[in-house]
Amino acid sequence: MSDVIKRLVVVGNGMAGVACVEQILKHAPRFEITIFGDETHVNYNRILLSSVLAGERSADEITLNPLDWYQKNEIRLRLGVRVVDVDAEAKTVTGDDGSVTQYDTLLLATGSSAFKPPIAGLDRDGVFAFRTLDDTRQLLERAGPGVKAVVIGGGLLGLEAARGLQVRGCEVTVVHLMATLMERQLDPDGGSYLAGKMEDLGIRVLLGRSTTAIVGNGHAEGVAFEDGMVLEADLVVVAAGIRPNVELAYKAGLRVNRGIVVNDWMETSDPDIFAVGECVEHRGTCYGLVAPLLEQGKVLAATITGNKGPVYSGTVPAAKLKIMGVDVFSAGDWSEQHAEPVRFEDRALGIYKKLTVRDGRLVGAILVGDTSDSHRYMDWLRSGADLTAQRRHLLFPPPASDAGLDIAQMSEGATICGCVGVTKGAIIAAIHEKGVNTLSQLKEQTRASTGCGSCTSLCQDILRAVAPDFEEDGKKVLCGCVPFSQDSLREILRSQRLKSVQEVLEIYGNGTGCEVCKPALSYMLDMIWCGDHDEDRSARFINDRVHANIQKDGTFSVVPRIRGGVTSPAELRRIADVADKYHVPMVKITGSQRIDLLGIRKEDLPKVWADLGMPSGQAYTKGVRMVKTCVGTDFCRFGTQDSTSAGIEMERRFEHLYTPHKVKMASVGCPRNCAEATVKDIGLVGQEGGWQVVVGGAAGKSVRKADLLITVETTESALEAAELFFQYYREHANYLERTYDFVDRLGIDKVRKETIYAPESVRAGLLDRLRKSKAASHDAWLEGQSPVNPTQFIPLQPIENVPS
Amino acid sequence: MPSGVERRWIRIARSENIPPREGRTALINGKEIAIFNLGDRFLAVDNRCPHQSGPLCDGIVAGDAVVCPLHAWKVNLETGTVLRPVNQNECIRTYATRVDGGVVSIEA
Repeated sequence: MSDVIKRLVVVGNGMAGVACVEQILKHAPRFEITIFGDETHVNYNRILLSSVLAGERSADEITLNPLDWYQKNEIRLRLGVRVVDVDAEAKTVTGDDGSVTQYDTLLLATGSSAFKPPIAGLDRDGVFAFRTLDDTRQLLERAGPGVKAVVIGGGLLGLEAARGLQVRGCEVTVVHLMATLMERQLDPDGGSYLAGKMEDLGIRVLLGRSTTAIVGNGHAEGVAFEDGMVLEADLVVVAAGIRPNVELAYKAGLRVNRGIVVNDWMETSDPDIFAVGECVEHRGTCYGLVAPLLEQGKVLAATITGNKGPVYSGTVPAAKLKIMGVDVFSAGDWSEQHAEPVRFEDRALGIYKKLTVRDGRLVGAILVGDTSDSHRYMDWLRSGADLTAQRRHLLFPPPASDAGLDIAQMSEGATICGCVGVTKGAIIAAIHEKGVNTLSQLKEQTRASTGCGSCTSLCQDILRAVAPDFEEDGKKVLCGCVPFSQDSLREILRSQRLKSVQEVLEIYGNGTGCEVCKPALSYMLDMIWCGDHDEDRSARFINDRVHANIQKDGTFSVVPRIRGGVTSPAELRRIADVADKYHVPMVKITGSQRIDLLGIRKEDLPKVWADLGMPSGQAYTKGVRMVKTCVGTDFCRFGTQDSTSAGIEMERRFEHLYTPHKVKMASVGCPRNCAEATVKDIGLVGQEGGWQVVVGGAAGKSVRKADLLITVETTESALEAAELFFQYYREHANYLERTYDFVDRLGIDKVRKETIYAPESVRAGLLDRLRKSKAASHDAWLEGQSPVNPTQFIPLQPIENVPS
Repeated sequence: MPSGVERRWIRIARSENIPPREGRTALINGKEIAIFNLGDRFLAVDNRCPHQSGPLCDGIVAGDAVVCPLHAWKVNLETGTVLRPVNQNECIRTYATRVDGGVVSIEA
């Protein structure tokens, strides 16, 4: 038989089926393979659907096997065809397109479907499941600001869907039948910590509610409960669990309980039919998580290719919630029957940990709020190690004296990536044998961290400890003086509470610094401590020491602040007088609706400022430059909004502040855009009945039309949206990164999600830090009267008389 | 240095008038001389960058070098040589300094 090419038909083009085929191909390609998939997509990472919904990844980014993988392996792919019948006698499968396909070996990887609870009205428009890319796309079409969404089901999937919808701007309520969220993974205490965290994010949680009906006239308008309460809803997601798809197995005459029954070699009751994934039941358990499915696939690949030997003996169930900032991990049997619980909790920190120990061995773990030790516990659960000697350190290991120790303590066989099943030993082998030095190379070689991504930092740690030439992926360091990325530096300054540039350079750098890192660090310190840092003028560019713009001949230009470009005859007279008095060689109207006095000597700056009696226009710094305005409703016959007042108010709220790069703004009263708001860093564009707030525009070296951040009705809402973006840019952009590069790099979706659509607490935090910074700022030109150093503006006068 | 001109020590300023890691100028013999406080010592050079005469006293100090504020040429304050761009032959004049009783003097 060995030379005859057998026909292998795979029903199901999901993660379990395709991963098993990948394993089969590793053995020996003695098969002619056909894969049927009822979805129209190539194999994608289903567990990352929530991150597509949340906008963290695009649909393309979760593709696991692109089309050319199928082609390269000569696999016949039948997408969009649902297999509706199996004839085990004739050895054929029938598709819903009428096609009949002969097999020698059949692999059922049919997965599972969303369970439909007994609720009336599930067929109404606006009711969705959350299982597939198509479900996700439909949800994305409906989700948006102000949409009321109800998620039925407070399990892993329901909670991830809820968070995804919320970051899209929906008002979300999670309704759960049981009294505990994720009750299959969490005990009541753990569940209550989780509920608190969801509520903190701004997601309402209703527990112990039995849903009876989706009400509405054709489309969903509300959700009704047994107790008579009705909740308004424009969008309903049903995530009440999954059921294995076993219809084909019935038709094939296989033994089926809850799932398709398989033995330890992954064989079914028919010698030519095999099954893998969520549709199978092994030793009485159906798995709905990815790691067991991949383990099963490896065993089945051996069996199916005539290399029968390896056995599947079940998987310790482990689950991680993939919601940023809500860390939840659960594994094993955490019930306290016949086990000793070991607990820690801190309400204020929102941390709850429980381990269950039986006969000196770990049998279960629940972690909420801090999952950093989950790999250690998984390792203990899998190995069944005797922990008697470490009993005092179960929850709090003695601190590691060096960074590599945590890695060194892990056994070679410890699983690092639970999704794909990659051990520490396999990673080390890839580093040594394939010359892997970066995370992306590691992903390519071993597929580690291509699943849920929660092991990414652990993979990095191993690379750092083992790889001879470890390189951080795409992380540019600020400069050679302080070799850290700007992200890391911001984190370092915050966590180490560093307040001066010199301190940072001495502890984390070469002690001296240069013209690249010093201004960047100065900015970061000012931003992070909201102005409450140790300002060091020697670390600032000359413009920020004397608050004027240095010119090619060493003189300076002076641009007073004229908010919104609106001035007065008195101001203009003072400006003219100053120009006369100091023999200003050029007086120039700028493109920013300001007046520039060029050619002022450094020592004259304080006198010029005093004579002008106007605040600094910050035309010399990486800071708030100006807001251009049009005449809006006051004079213009087309104006729809009072753009002049709005622009002046915006300028008042932001002026005097430092930013990663210069920030130029504009406010226009109608879409004719006379002050060019759509090519500014922040623009307010008035329209009938409201404002569009646009960000990330440019009309400099490159031209970029600003992206729409949000459309709002009132001027106050427009200003608040601008404030959220402004502070977000200050906190997250790299130094010298203009808003147009920043918005381009992050994507406007992410920017929206983390500003205007962010949870209330996040938005309040941004606004609060902006206000603190603003309160600590002042008009730089006041230093003309009280310089920070007596020689700030004047040259030294030699003590002894010298010929000059 | 040009021959025929006698050098002598000139008392310039109290040291606190030149903040750490900053430069200041003094006009001596018709020339602007930039004096830098490196924290542990003072260094003095002609105030004009060899590139386009930018005021070096206004530059950011990077170790024992200064970076010109106009086009970021980097000049070594000990030797007067140009460190960036590389392979420049231009050099600026340096002056000896000393601190005596809290007063900075230069030899010019």
